[in-house]
Amino acid sequence: MFRRLPERKASVTIEIDGEPVSTAPGDSVAAAMLAAGIAVFRHAPVDGGLRGPWCAMGVCFECLVEIDGEPNRQACMTPVREGLRVARRTDGSEPGR
Amino acid sequence: MSVDLVIVGAGPAGMAAAVEAAEHGLSVTVLDDQPEPGGQIYRGIERAGPELTAILGEEYEAGRELAADFRSARIDYLPNSAVWRLDAGARIAFSREGSASTVSARRVLIATGAMERPMPIPGAERPGVMGAGAAQVLLKASGLVPAGRIVLAGSGPLLLLVGCQLLDAGAEVAAVLETTAGGDYLDAAPTLPRALAGWRDLARGVAMKRRLRRAGVAFRSGVRGLAATGQSVRFDGGEIACDLLLLHEGVVPQTHLSRQAGLAHRWRPEQRHWAPVADALGRTAEETLLVAGDAGGIAGARAASLSGRVAARLAAGVDPGRLIAALDRERAMRPLLDRLFRPHTALPADEALVCRCESVTAGDIRQAVRDGAMGPNQLKAFARVGMGPCQGRMCGLAAAEVIASERGLPVEEVGSFRIRPPVKPVTLGELASMEGEAADAEAL
Amino acid sequence: MLEGTADIIVIGGGMVGAAAAYGLAGKGLDVLMLDEGDDAFRAARGNFGLVWVQTKGFGLQRYQEWSQESADLYTGFAEELEDLTGIDIHHERPGGAILCLGDGEWEAQRRLNDAMADQGGGYHARMVERAELERMAPDVRFGQEVVGASFSEKDGHCGPLYLLRALHAGFRARGGRYRPGARVRSIRRGFRVETDAGAFEAPKLLLAAGNGIPPLAAQVGLNVPTVPERGQVLVTERVERFMPMPMGNLRQTAEGTVMIGATQESVGFDTGTTLEAARGLAQRAIRALPALERLRLVRSWAALRVIPPDRCPIYDESESHPGAFVATMHSGVTLAAVHAARLPDWIAEGRAPDGFEAFSARRFDVPAAA
Ligand SMILES: Cc1cc2nc3c(=O)[nH]c(=O)nc-3n(C[C@H](O)[C@H](O)[C@H](O)COP(=O)(O)OP(=O)(O)OC[C@H]3O[C@@H](n4cnc5c(N)ncnc54)[C@H](O)[C@@H]3O)c2cc1C
Ligand SMILES: Cc1cc2nc3c(=O)[nH]c(=O)nc-3n(C[C@H](O)[C@H](O)[C@H](O)COP(=O)(O)OP(=O)(O)OC[C@H]3O[C@@H](n4cnc5c(N)ncnc54)[C@H](O)[C@@H]3O)c2cc1C
Ligand code: FES
Repeated sequence: MFRRLPERKASVTIEIDGEPVSTAPGDSVAAAMLAAGIAVFRHAPVDGGLRGPWCAMGVCFECLVEIDGEPNRQACMTPVREGLRVARRTDGSEPGR
Repeated sequence: MSVDLVIVGAGPAGMAAAVEAAEHGLSVTVLDDQPEPGGQIYRGIERAGPELTAILGEEYEAGRELAADFRSARIDYLPNSAVWRLDAGARIAFSREGSASTVSARRVLIATGAMERPMPIPGAERPGVMGAGAAQVLLKASGLVPAGRIVLAGSGPLLLLVGCQLLDAGAEVAAVLETTAGGDYLDAAPTLPRALAGWRDLARGVAMKRRLRRAGVAFRSGVRGLAATGQSVRFDGGEIACDLLLLHEGVVPQTHLSRQAGLAHRWRPEQRHWAPVADALGRTAEETLLVAGDAGGIAGARAASLSGRVAARLAAGVDPGRLIAALDRERAMRPLLDRLFRPHTALPADEALVCRCESVTAGDIRQAVRDGAMGPNQLKAFARVGMGPCQGRMCGLAAAEVIASERGLPVEEVGSFRIRPPVKPVTLGELASMEGEAADAEAL
Repeated sequence: MLEGTADIIVIGGGMVGAAAAYGLAGKGLDVLMLDEGDDAFRAARGNFGLVWVQTKGFGLQRYQEWSQESADLYTGFAEELEDLTGIDIHHERPGGAILCLGDGEWEAQRRLNDAMADQGGGYHARMVERAELERMAPDVRFGQEVVGASFSEKDGHCGPLYLLRALHAGFRARGGRYRPGARVRSIRRGFRVETDAGAFEAPKLLLAAGNGIPPLAAQVGLNVPTVPERGQVLVTERVERFMPMPMGNLRQTAEGTVMIGATQESVGFDTGTTLEAARGLAQRAIRALPALERLRLVRSWAALRVIPPDRCPIYDESESHPGAFVATMHSGVTLAAVHAARLPDWIAEGRAPDGFEAFSARRFDVPAAA
């Protein structure tokens, strides 16, 4: 889906749905996911449809994923960090407790 | 904490304002929700290597110096800080790395910039469809280049610019589908003399088209009936297969903060968007609140940094002097661009999702209007439009346009959502652990 | 210019007006409902959605009975609306709890329940200790301070915006006519109602304009001394269902969002929100249910309650202007079912429910100095 310009060197490792993914410093979680070939970030809570990032700048809220155990974080507004864990909640629900 | 000037936004407007204000001796705090300075146009400028700057061109490169000045200015710059509440008394509440606090100021400069106008065609919410500006953000911030066939659809100078930049980055741009018709160019003719000051920009628009055509990109204008299928884009009279569909119909001011603060907003019919009511120098009806850059009306990066400097001087009590003339010259170009790239006003088809958060289609909105919803605020009650996490950013303009057309009224009479805090996400925990007074909650 | 006539004009398309108009239209009457435009003070649009019986009517037993009657009618009312309009108002009646944080709140609540039980029959709320509360709500982790709750099985909740929409749709389905953008400016005998959208005439009218009533009431010889009271509310993002029932000022909606209410502020017609209130609401919510701490706030708002001096409803017909009725109160959601069922007989046929005099506005007339 996306490839990266050679000048961007991957040196940060995060975990996406349990798999290690190497990504570049300065990436947002959304960029890291797209670069890893992930287009579907979640299911829409109302109609269950597949959704992914639309704006990449924090306005659309289509890129919500679970980050380090916290649900509904905006992937495009969260910078990557070594060891960060991303989980997609593609069943459209989050734990309430 | 209290300072002379708080600036919200570290794009060209906010950065220039901060540098200027610090030079005039003001204590300045800059809050921006991105990890680095630059705003939308100069995203990732500090990390951009030669490969990327070759693609993005000198206009992008121009941001490097401003960002460097910004970094060396005597200011308090707080990146990753999302402002979620602004009170006219110039008190700001924001969240940073999981904790919320307030800062008060003598003046607040709203420099929150612009966002892409959402383009609710059927299927626009599918993965594989995004804003053209979003693709550009990914390129700037992460060096990501879309692989596979790309189609760009919509209108506006940024559509063409992104097309050229993606070509230069080695992407496969299959087609540009322009929703504007040839006639729009003729419309622009009467404004030409005033616009001469900015003729270079115009020439660039023409040059970008030529560049795309020469590279073999198919062009269509006056395209109607756009719909995304996930593997292709359909339109009246055709369909083109693509892996990524990039939509763009111009940019519009981000008005959530200025609205939440209670400023009056006015409809700009030429660009079909709302902007806060302010004078040419960015002064609003609230003495404490100033506006600069695209947040006050779309005028581009050079105008943004000039207006930021003007606002900083006002905050410092210094005469803006010749900056005003420079700002005027920069803005003179705008009426032409407005006409040239007037957003095409086709209304969303019934099956198009207008409110993505609550999955409400244009057809649902039309039904709600028939049921008696007179404006966007009643639409919330009738159809849940605008009640999700994006707080109406994605649906507000289109919903108002649909209501206006159903009721046969101008959009300004239909009005807009009332915007309440928080305008950016904040957890209850952050809110509860803020310092300061707390009112009692009562049983019902 | 005369824009139209009707059998009955209902002034106000909020929770009370829509419920009454829906019921009146069900009698085959030609009903015209006049309302303001997009931006108006509307408690109907900013309320909490509780169908709540416990603690209602302290000092006015008829109000407690009236609330119970409505809550008992609600399930059938919701079904009828859904059959007619296809709109599910998400009504549920799992009972409701008022959480007590600390012994002081527990004691105060217990005394109130005792006093209400003494006031008259049929009062159901009882105090439940923390252990029992935990059994009732196994998915909820309560904060340390929660010592227990007052619980009533008569309580429930619904989606108030769905309710409002369903009432409007049902009203239309029954042939009612709705005129938004028609703010009433004045009422003359006859009755001739002058609005922003022209004049309308009808032999009867119901004042159901919420906080807009007092100036209109004076024009038909009624004294309706209600005042606005601001309530600020917070709403979180959606989460999986974990609250089995509404808990007073905490309620999980059918969408999964958690509503946190509400302040009581006398600030006139100011619907602004304050940071202090948001903070206070968040603090109390987290003390009650600590897991809420992680949830993001999606929206906050303020709306104005309609508050009579004794906080109990006012239903009255004008003596000087027969045919002019008024219905106004806090808790218009709770009472929607009984309004739809019982107000039409009163307004259309003069058959007032038993003991309805208790709700007359004359109870506020200043007695002659002793
Ligand atoms: C996606 C996109 C791409 C663009 N690309 C170009 C381009 O390549 N060339 C061009 O000429 N023009 C481009 N533009 C137009 C651009 O908006 C202006 O030219 C210029 O960036 C405006 O500068 P500004 O300082 O007014 O705002 P911006 O540059 O938009 O800066 C605003 C800053 O405020 C931040 N912000 C907003 N709200 C809050 C808040 N509540 N709390 C904290 N921070 C906040 C934003 O994250 C951003 O960093 C683009 C616009 C968009 C939306
Ligand atoms: C924060 C809050 C929480 C609440 N929670 C609950 C709850 O959980 N359960 C419950 O039962 N109740 C609750 N309520 C109360 C409930 O919302 C009200 O009792 C109910 O909405 C009152 O209905 P109404 O029709 O009298 O007024 P409104 O709903 O306010 O409607 C009045 C209507 O009249 C219109 N109007 C006003 N003036 C004019 C005029 N001159 N001409 C034409 N139209 C006019 C207005 O535009 C509006 O549409 C709550 C209220 C608030 C504010
Ligand atoms: S992609 Fe739009 S908010 Fe993240």
